[in-house]
Amino acid sequence: MLKTLGKQIKEFKKASIITPVFMIFEVIFDMIIPLLMGKIVSNGIEKEDMNYIITTGIVMIVLAILGLVSGILGGVFGAKAATGFAKNLREAMFNNIQTFSFSNIDKFSTSGLVTRLTTDVTNVQNAYQMLLRMCVRAPFSMIIAMIMAFMINARIACIYLVAVLFLTTFLVFVMSRAMKYFSDVFKRYDDLNESVQENVSAIRVVKAYVREDYENEKFKKANNNLYGKFIKAEKVIAFTMPTMIATVNVTILAISWVGAHMIISHTGGLDTGDLVSLLAYCMNILMSLMILAIMFVMVSMSLSSAKRIAEVLEEKADIVNPENPVMEVKNGDIDFDGVKFAYSKNNEAGGNVLEDINLHIKSGETIGIIGGTGSSKSSLVNLISRLYDVTDGTLKVGGVNVKDYDLEVLRDEVSVVLQKNVLFSGSIYDNLRWGNKNATDEECKEACRMACADEFIEAFPDGYDTHIEQGGTNVSGGQRQRLCIARALLKKPKIIILDDSTSAVDTATDAKIRKAFKEAIPGTTKIIIAQRINSVQDSDRIIVMDEGRINGVGTHEELLKSNEIYKDVYESQTGGGGDFDVQGGEA
Amino acid sequence: MAEEKVKEIKGGPGGRRYAGPKVKVENAGQIFKRIMGYVGKRYKFQYALVIICIIVNVLANIQGTMFTKSLIDDYIIPLMDSENPDYSNLLHAIIRVAIFYLCGIIAAFVQQLTMIYISQGTLRDMRQDLFTHMESLPISYFDKNTHGDIMSIYTNDIDTLRQMISQSIPQFISSVITIVSVFVSMIILSIPLTLVTVVMLFIMLKTSTKVASKSGKYFVKQQAKLGEVNGYIEETMSGQKVVKVFNHEEESKERFKKLNDELYENAYSANKFVNLIGPVNAQLGNLGYVVSAIVGGAFALKGFWGLTTGALVSFLTFNRQINMPISQVSQQMNSVVMALAGADRIFKLLDEKSETDDGYVTLVNAKEENGELVETKERTGLWAWKHTHQADKSVTYVKLTGDVVFDDVDFGYTEEKQVLYNVDLFATPGQKIAFVGSTGAGKTTITNLINRFYDRQDGKIRYDGININKIKKADLRHSLGMVLQDTHLFTATVMENIRYGKLDATDEEVYAAAKLANAHGFIKRLPDGYNTVLTGDGANLSQGQRQLLAIARAAIANPPVLILDEATSSIDTRTEKIVQSGMDKLMKGRTTFVIAHRLSTVRNSDCIIVLEQGRVIERGPHEELIEKRGKYYQLYTGNAVG
Repeated sequence: MLKTLGKQIKEFKKASIITPVFMIFEVIFDMIIPLLMGKIVSNGIEKEDMNYIITTGIVMIVLAILGLVSGILGGVFGAKAATGFAKNLREAMFNNIQTFSFSNIDKFSTSGLVTRLTTDVTNVQNAYQMLLRMCVRAPFSMIIAMIMAFMINARIACIYLVAVLFLTTFLVFVMSRAMKYFSDVFKRYDDLNESVQENVSAIRVVKAYVREDYENEKFKKANNNLYGKFIKAEKVIAFTMPTMIATVNVTILAISWVGAHMIISHTGGLDTGDLVSLLAYCMNILMSLMILAIMFVMVSMSLSSAKRIAEVLEEKADIVNPENPVMEVKNGDIDFDGVKFAYSKNNEAGGNVLEDINLHIKSGETIGIIGGTGSSKSSLVNLISRLYDVTDGTLKVGGVNVKDYDLEVLRDEVSVVLQKNVLFSGSIYDNLRWGNKNATDEECKEACRMACADEFIEAFPDGYDTHIEQGGTNVSGGQRQRLCIARALLKKPKIIILDDSTSAVDTATDAKIRKAFKEAIPGTTKIIIAQRINSVQDSDRIIVMDEGRINGVGTHEELLKSNEIYKDVYESQTGGGGDFDVQGGEA
Repeated sequence: MAEEKVKEIKGGPGGRRYAGPKVKVENAGQIFKRIMGYVGKRYKFQYALVIICIIVNVLANIQGTMFTKSLIDDYIIPLMDSENPDYSNLLHAIIRVAIFYLCGIIAAFVQQLTMIYISQGTLRDMRQDLFTHMESLPISYFDKNTHGDIMSIYTNDIDTLRQMISQSIPQFISSVITIVSVFVSMIILSIPLTLVTVVMLFIMLKTSTKVASKSGKYFVKQQAKLGEVNGYIEETMSGQKVVKVFNHEEESKERFKKLNDELYENAYSANKFVNLIGPVNAQLGNLGYVVSAIVGGAFALKGFWGLTTGALVSFLTFNRQINMPISQVSQQMNSVVMALAGADRIFKLLDEKSETDDGYVTLVNAKEENGELVETKERTGLWAWKHTHQADKSVTYVKLTGDVVFDDVDFGYTEEKQVLYNVDLFATPGQKIAFVGSTGAGKTTITNLINRFYDRQDGKIRYDGININKIKKADLRHSLGMVLQDTHLFTATVMENIRYGKLDATDEEVYAAAKLANAHGFIKRLPDGYNTVLTGDGANLSQGQRQLLAIARAAIANPPVLILDEATSSIDTRTEKIVQSGMDKLMKGRTTFVIAHRLSTVRNSDCIIVLEQGRVIERGPHEELIEKRGKYYQLYTGNAVG
């Protein structure tokens, strides 16, 4: 996992190596200063040597300046390494996601991918910077201070060793306990917030049933529970700071006592200056340990982010271009031969959502598909432009197996209007030209006429230059669907597939669109999935899907006679407009 | 679904998350006072205790540092030349200091512990207040504020506030006390050296503010760019399948690379300057230390101003101690300002006006005695409106039947924009009224007025002959059942979700309601049957199943009047049939207002109301309207009238 991430450091390797080096320099300069201070006391003041004070002083100033420079450079390179690393991670993930097939995308889910690209990257960036700077600085300053202390006087330095051991044991104990408590607390905290969220979105239900008091009571219980858990968890770490201070204090007193004895009795070669240096290192050593403990917690918390990022980076697209791709789709013929399909390849048992599909569609035909939810209508059509790969059997477009085509060529010729379709922020023109980058204004308008989108677009004050908000939130559902159809038409494909793409369009407009299709693009194979019978009833052939199998194929009249499901659906919708939810107010 | 939730909790795209650190708070002083009032009301003594502990702790520390001076000057140096050194004085001194230290440690511990209770307690109270108050707010509040923004108050704002109460303020107090007492100690030790320190500190502060302001500028830029990149990520990821279908991968990559590179440039600059603050402060502090050491060393050597070696050593330790709190003060100020902005939003929610209710007509159980209604405590299944007349305090009982009349009702969600015009409507008990019309015609608005989700019309709606403004809201709503188009379920078992309609319902009543709603069958097949826990708004159920549960929930409440918003086309025909028959059973014998999307519903209604732009344009039973060949005919046949 870390190796996968490490690969993305790339051009920031230099900065990543230099940063800790500068941090080490800073620490070294930092650590020499107290030592020299001790020397000033014992060699300068006590021996009354003014020159010594001045020369040592100058050395100290130089060291401080060198420390400053190292610190600044460490900071600059650290920032470069961390932000650069984040940049590379984002780009690598984004680029890899672009190669993902639909099944790869399904695996992660949209919000999962967004979190990985945003929050997780930020977490890793911060952790990386900390790793390069603080995690180098803290242990080094501890080690160096320790070495210095031992150099001054090994016997007294042993006191530090005891203190460090004690504090380490204590911190490990507290941290491991705290982590356990806190992960539980934060889970409960999330639960509580989720219940608030639930109340916010279901406020009408709460009010309609007059359950405000009930909800308050419920919340109070959860809230008090959380309070108790929080107190318990925080109590665990409440000891940390006082214990830390106590350790420092005891160490100082012990050193003072032992040190004073050694100086006064002139044993062990300790003088006042040495004592001063030793006391100065005391804070350094124990503080570093403390910082190290905190760092450890923070870095380990970011590990889960790193893991999630690595998942995306390591994910291999499961649909790739063949080696010698066919670059041309001859016509709009579609042939399913014994096709089976399952979303997940691992779970063979009962996992097939499509079974034994044999279907031959001729160029220029209009095919309607009808069936309940879960009858795999979408799965069927998504195979045609190779958004998913068939599990078994063959699927040919224009007489050639879809797996042999260049993906881009295939998808340009097989244009799908997805069920869950989206528009992107930008003008209407921008959105339309997703279908064809080089489409002229006139071509765009022509496509919109066919999709019956021209009227409402022209009613906008800015017409075709109207800005579409992210997700197309400023147009109605029906308008969005018609724009998506126009966008797909601009590809001038050999096959066009509408996956329940007119559900929010009123029946009259729906009929108009179908009529336009018939007249303007007679040579194009048209596949229309719909819930409404009247969207498909004038198709050349209608396919009735049921639980992953083709239940019946035929014209409207034939199916009415022979197909139970079709009859059922038809009867429940009799009388023309089966759906009263007219998306009006937009024309 | 669950992940979507999390995202929403954290604040949606373009939300406050990317707004950057540009925080400006008006009335900062007032807000601060209000927070302190909030804390003080409950935890006055505890907070006072914390402050005392902070002072004790700081003083104990200073005492310890001062000890270094006497250790060297009073014990080591005098004893160094003595033949037979007497350590007892030193031992006493060390014990004395140890006692001081002990006090400090106890104080630190008490402080930490008390602070936990204060901060968590305040947080709990604030959450509870927020929630309770939120529950009392009118629906219009939830229309005006996005869910993401409301959630962000519970998560982000409360969290920053907690940091302020439990960390920033105590640290600030501790910093200030430390600075003051260290200064006093330094002055006692040596005035000239203190002056040197002050000069060095001044330089340090100047430099670091300069760096900080520079980094702040880049940070704003970085946040803006980050917002842009994150926005693009959200957009592309949610449209990733469309990207694939249109072979748009290369364009997306290109655009992303450009945005990402720009973000890097800004992030680099911002972080660079932030990283400088630390070493600049630390090393300038070191420099100050060194200068003091040299000057002090010279003084001690020459014996100027009576500076002893011990005093110098103590002074230098103080010199180190003062850097930290000084550079922390500005940091704490920053986080306080951030917290104030959050607190402002918290208080704004708390200051929102609750739903008002002047109703005094209540709903009571009744029984008939000698042809007259009498109030009773038993559950008779017979309900009556208890109308206490304000003039003479006399009480009359009106039987609850579900007779609803709209008389020339106008309504607008805001003063400026009227949504309903002259709506007349009457439904006698047991009738089914269907609303038909395009989106935005005002169908939902009418139903929202019946249960008084919105409240701005003048009393022209009568329920069983009583002006609904006179009816207590809770009782009014108890008498109305609602099944909404978007079904909302709660994180709880299926049983509890159905029981939501009637909290004291027995298990048998729940089963009966589920059977009536055609939900019993699928519930039985769930892993734990009625005890299956639903999470994430019933994410583990299909749309149709969720609707069946909502119907069961309404059924168990057994209200005389129903408001139904039929679900749109998202369910398949088979499930739809089941849902439909569930709804039909529910509607039987009740006055029903239904926002209709299905033909079958519309067709067998007693009266169909066709709405257009807030006006009733046609009304009557199906056949009549078909004959009329008007708007209804057009909607029904899907053909424009020629």
